[in-house]
Amino acid sequence: MKRLSMTYTVASLMDNTNPEIYKISSEREITQTELSDDVEDEFDSWEVFDILRSIKDPEHPLTLEELNVVDKSLIQVDNKNNSISIQFTPTVPHCSLATLIGLSIRVKLVRSLPPRFKVDVKINPGSHVSEIAVNKQLNDKERVAAALENFDLLRTVNKCLEER
Amino acid sequence: MAVNMECLATLKGHEDRVWCVAWNHSGTLLATCGTDKVVCIWKLEGERWIRSSVLSDGHSRTIRCVTWSPCDKLLTSTSFDGTTAVWDRKNGEFECALTLEGHENEVKCAAWSPSGQFLATCGRDKRVWIWSIDDDSDYECSSVLSSHTQDVKSVTWHPHKDTLLSTSYDNTIRIYEEQEDDWECISVLESHTSTVWAAAFDKTGQRFASCSDDCSVKIWQEYLPQNKEGVITPGNHSTWKCICSLSGYHQRTIYDIKWNNVTGYIATACGDNSIRIFSESADSDDNAPSFQMIAQMKNAHNEDVNSIDWNPAKPDMLASCSDDGDIKLWRLSSEV
Repeated sequence: MKRLSMTYTVASLMDNTNPEIYKISSEREITQTELSDDVEDEFDSWEVFDILRSIKDPEHPLTLEELNVVDKSLIQVDNKNNSISIQFTPTVPHCSLATLIGLSIRVKLVRSLPPRFKVDVKINPGSHVSEIAVNKQLNDKERVAAALENFDLLRTVNKCLEER
Repeated sequence: MAVNMECLATLKGHEDRVWCVAWNHSGTLLATCGTDKVVCIWKLEGERWIRSSVLSDGHSRTIRCVTWSPCDKLLTSTSFDGTTAVWDRKNGEFECALTLEGHENEVKCAAWSPSGQFLATCGRDKRVWIWSIDDDSDYECSSVLSSHTQDVKSVTWHPHKDTLLSTSYDNTIRIYEEQEDDWECISVLESHTSTVWAAAFDKTGQRFASCSDDCSVKIWQEYLPQNKEGVITPGNHSTWKCICSLSGYHQRTIYDIKWNNVTGYIATACGDNSIRIFSESADSDDNAPSFQMIAQMKNAHNEDVNSIDWNPAKPDMLASCSDDGDIKLWRLSSEV
């Protein structure tokens, strides 16, 4: 009787069988200030990017960074207002896994960041056919909470978040 | 005019996000629920608010909403597990009297009609169910309303009439009344540009306020057939018109709204951690009223504020709850 709490398709057929693989970014440079224990480091887009870059794509043995789904330039951190905004770019505009990828990003951030941060996860404008619907779903915390109580879905998300 | 808000108490007991707070009608008991799958009942003992009961084993998933019957004898809890539990209070102890099933998945909200004759529930299956309760406390499904095109977030009854209102992820508010032989959706109200999370009537029932993911609050007014303002009323049903929109006050989604029966104040619970109080301006025009913010408690909680409720017996008392797991009680006082 119970249905999946959010409409995800765990794809059996791949949407994008031959994705373009991008060169991964270099590591951030560590500055003198950051090495100093006297200065409190604020969260920045590098730090958030580091949290997200290793998330695995649900259908390829590649990371979201390697597929250019997440990019440092599409991450905004506002420490003063405790807000973080992420835009991600699905590999193809009809990608049926866009919601699942967005959900993995959200879960990873919830587990990694202090709870003071408000996180908005959205699709990079123009990169997906159902952009508005996916964004609305990803930012409805009630539906996200219900989805994460779905055991199969949570297992799928956790797989994307496993460390290599 | 401005009012002060002072935190009277912080109630800790839930282990996770608290989704809903609800006072009983006499204002003596506060019911709360959340992700930890229990309902807590709080009461004042001496000077302190204590947790007098923990209702567990009623649900297998998050409890989204709790609500008291008009006689305060029954409490309903709705859950992501697809059921609504009815708890019976006997000699101060709560017992799960029955479980109402029917929704295909998460039940988001329940509401008792003022007569106690009907219970409405709504859920992610886009449906609103109306249960009728007979003298022997038998619950019978009297209608399944499939008017909404998306997830239904909340249901609210008119304070005096058997008129039901629902709010949805489809951005609309819908109004239902019992016609000849069945319940029907008689009105679809469009104005919000994103999910409508909740709505609350004022004490007259001629107005209600709605709150949304579009970060606005809207005030709606009823125009009866043959109204003197000349508002057209198709099908001889009242027309509800948005007569005021409060924008720019809230920075994030507004999850709950409540209208105070005595003071006329409107309270909002917002995803920016704040609680705000609005009041109608003294020189306000009936058909185009103006409301002003008279209090703003920034960072009322450490995380999103999910629900608020005015104490029916103490008009200056407000309860709130949050993702941070806390429940707080507030007192409003006029600024000297």
